Amino acid sequence: MSKLATYRRSPIALIVLLFLGLTFTGTAYAALQPTAPADAYSASNASEDVDDVEEGRKLFLANCASCHGKNAEGNGTAGPSLAGVGAAAVDFQVGTGRMPLAAPGVQAPANPNQVNFSQQEIDQLAAFVASLGPGPDVPDEEYTDLENADIANGGMIFRTNCAMCHNSSAQGGALTRGKFAPDLMGVEPSHMYSAMLTGPQSMPVFNDATITPQEKENVIAFIVNIEEGGNSFGGHDLGSIGPAGDAVFIWTIGIGLLIGAAVWLGRKAA
Amino acid sequence: MTTIPQGAGAVRDQSEAATETTADAADPKLPPPVVWADERLGVAKGFGLFKKVFPDHWSFLLGEIAMYSLIICLITGTFLTFWFVPSMGHVIYDGSFVPLKGVGMSEAYASTLNISFDIKGGLLIRQLHHWAALLFIVGIALHVARVFFTGAFRKPREINWVIGTVLSLLACIEGFAGYSLPDDLLSGTGIRAMNGFMSSAPVIGTYLTFFVFGGQFPGELIIPRLYIAHVLLLPAILVGLFAVHIFLVFWHKHTQYPGPGRTNNNVVGFPLLPVYTAKAGGFFFIVFGVTALIAAVVTINPVWAYGPYDPGQVTAGSQPDFYMWFSDGALRLLPGWMEFSIFGVTFSPQIFLGSLVLLPLVWIILGAYPFVEQWITGDKREHHLLDRPRNAPVRTAVGAAAISMYLVLAVATINDIIAIKLHLSINDITVALRVLFFILPVIVFMVVKRLCLSLQRADRELVLHGTESGRIMRTPEGRFYEVHEELNEFDRWHLVQHEAQRPLSLTAGPDTDEYGVERPVGPLESMRRKLSEFYFKDRIEPVTPSELAAAHHHGEAEALPGGQARAIKESVERADETAGLRSDDRT
Ligand code: HEC
Ligand code: HEC
Ligand code: HEM
Repeated sequence: MSKLATYRRSPIALIVLLFLGLTFTGTAYAALQPTAPADAYSASNASEDVDDVEEGRKLFLANCASCHGKNAEGNGTAGPSLAGVGAAAVDFQVGTGRMPLAAPGVQAPANPNQVNFSQQEIDQLAAFVASLGPGPDVPDEEYTDLENADIANGGMIFRTNCAMCHNSSAQGGALTRGKFAPDLMGVEPSHMYSAMLTGPQSMPVFNDATITPQEKENVIAFIVNIEEGGNSFGGHDLGSIGPAGDAVFIWTIGIGLLIGAAVWLGRKAA
Repeated sequence: MTTIPQGAGAVRDQSEAATETTADAADPKLPPPVVWADERLGVAKGFGLFKKVFPDHWSFLLGEIAMYSLIICLITGTFLTFWFVPSMGHVIYDGSFVPLKGVGMSEAYASTLNISFDIKGGLLIRQLHHWAALLFIVGIALHVARVFFTGAFRKPREINWVIGTVLSLLACIEGFAGYSLPDDLLSGTGIRAMNGFMSSAPVIGTYLTFFVFGGQFPGELIIPRLYIAHVLLLPAILVGLFAVHIFLVFWHKHTQYPGPGRTNNNVVGFPLLPVYTAKAGGFFFIVFGVTALIAAVVTINPVWAYGPYDPGQVTAGSQPDFYMWFSDGALRLLPGWMEFSIFGVTFSPQIFLGSLVLLPLVWIILGAYPFVEQWITGDKREHHLLDRPRNAPVRTAVGAAAISMYLVLAVATINDIIAIKLHLSINDITVALRVLFFILPVIVFMVVKRLCLSLQRADRELVLHGTESGRIMRTPEGRFYEVHEELNEFDRWHLVQHEAQRPLSLTAGPDTDEYGVERPVGPLESMRRKLSEFYFKDRIEPVTPSELAAAHHHGEAEALPGGQARAIKESVERADETAGLRSDDRT
């Protein structure tokens, strides 16, 4: 037990954690998928605008096919198959500027300045990808408007499920080999929701059985509360990086001021 | 008029006489309250203390930063005890911090939130307490560095160095205990790490943790126990040891930097009263003011942002306060493959080495240094004049190398933060730091030693040839040369006053006796000789008077007329006196 705790502080723990988390959520997701109500997924939604799918296909061919293949079947290492990733994944990946991928790297970083698609185009792309196989749909407005959300409950869930990667104040954290869990400040609520639902890259999937939609909304409210300064008491936060910020401050400005005073006092004649 | 009865008048007369005699005994210059107190307590004797002379230099105030921070911690800590509840009893939070309303937590954490959000001025005092705690340790660290690099630890001050070492260890433990009290996610993770440290002790590990935690981790006892340690036990020892520490400073009289008129037998500076007290007292207010200002505008340890401790949670970017970093960093650098099992018992040297071995080792090395150096040099004389760091190149280089080693470990603690801020791979950083741990000290040693020697060489150059005046002269024959201005005696003093230590091979005579037969040397002695060689083989001798005279004969500067030395001594004393400085004998 205690050995486990000390391991937890080593970088290897992250790999193990990641592996366990991915395996667990992956298995759970696979197990739950067939039993999920069909209408939760856009693919079977007959009233889905066929035009949207068609428009989406065109956009896809122009922007994404080079990596993901003409029918999103995947293209080796260039890009994975998108069958079954669902509209939520597309909305998240394209809406945060991760896709189309600018350059291959350890991780596709968010790029809010480079979202070159209108929301309508994103929806069309999403409709196209969703038509390829059932997958999680974009979140309901009901769960992203943050009305009646319980911040304290969200905080508890966040600390249990997310803080080990994203930090308890959602300031981000390092993973292995240059990968990182990003700082969550300024992320759209609907993208946060989709991130939990689809588990982008190294992040595990948190399906509705692990974290219910209401709890997801609570988590989002917790993060948004931090972003809006809900934790900012007692002055400047020094980047919210914990004792590291304090250490840098006290060893530079703090002691600097006092040494300055000491030199001044030493110079001063009696 | 004789309305006063006979007896009473006699009493009055007598009492007047009595006052006069006492007043005679006490210093007539003393103010009345002191006289009053002296009549009853005999305090005037203690006033000799106030005439003690203290040399003045900004670096002597580093220790005072630590002292004042300690005082601030004591005052603010007492305030915190009024509201802090050192209990791990479970409560549901119902205070005014909304994001935690309804969350289950320990009373310790709830009361810390209470201090932060519901007690007037509570957050300011908490922040003041924590900033002062950090400043305390920064002050100690810099003070130790000053003492080390100036050689102030040499005889007769070795004991005080050891006391200081213990103080610094206690300060770190005190800080760790305090950091653990609020029972937030970070401090709980810290206690968890401590638990891991202890259980890594071979054989006794598990017993040890059960003893300290009163059972399985986390139990209900650790916070009350740390609390008693933090508010009673350690402060009492700290204050007691500190009193001895400062008493010894008085006793030995303060060291001083070399300079004209400053010798090993005197101490030149301001008398404690009024000048030094005024300066030091003023500095207290500066330290308090700056710390209060920082506490008012910069957050520290925002425990509400970390959440209550729960053994099932961790946060990315967990780290302790900086003074524990080196140990945490060592754990991050030590490779996991070191773990092994024998007969079903698991041994974890990768944890054991980084904690239970490293922690004491650092302080043992620190505490032992003066004795080791003395053994190597064989120098048993008293030293009251400080070394300029460059004049002890190997000591300075060893110190710098040790600091670099320590820093590598400390930086390893924030490998994840560096990774995310600089977009690097945490694995690469870890590998780089592992390599640096071994290589950096060697590089730092060589560079610093070379630097010291070059600075000494530059000093020699300056003494022998003076400063370049920028004036170009032309000799009648048509040659050009630049006029060098000779240093004045004051400036020269700093550059020539020291002695260069020589290795034992030169001072202890040859290794062979008069018949050319090698003297038998024990392994310890031979190691000592090697170390002495290591310390003093490369050295720059200070300019001797004859060298100086010879240089002057070259015509580059005029030789010093005889008898001028006394004149200079007198003028130094005059200058000191007008500056309010006093000289005191060491005996
Ligand atoms: C330069 C190559 C490239 C381009 C162009 C590109 N992608 Fe990707 N995409 C990738 C790679 C590689 C991954 C997998 C790694 C990752 O998630 O970062 C990925 C992942 C995805 C995922 C997540 C899959 C999952 O399992 O959740 C989605 C959705 C996606 N891409 C959609 C798109 C869309 C839509 C476009 C066009 C707008 C696009 N991509 C363009 C390379 C590309
Ligand atoms: C194993 C570590 C891990 C855990 C646990 C984890 N995440 Fe993530 N998260 C990541 C990584 C890695 C990314 C970056 C993925 C990418 O760039 O595509 C990410 C991305 C995100 C994003 C998108 C951020 C952006 O800038 O667009 C959100 C939102 C998010 N996570 C929320 C959560 C929440 C909420 C939880 C808990 C329910 C959680 N994450 C748990 C690793 C993790
Ligand atoms: C050398 C002296 C001391 C150091 C280095 C020190 C350090 C610390 C630190 C780092 C904390 C955590 C503060 C936080 O952020 O919450 C703390 C908390 C605390 N300290 Fe001290 N301390 C010192 C002396 C004292 C003394 C003398 C007392 C009491 C007489 C005291 C009482 C407390 C209490 C009650 C807390 C918990 C309150 C809280 O967490 O808000 N401390 N200390």
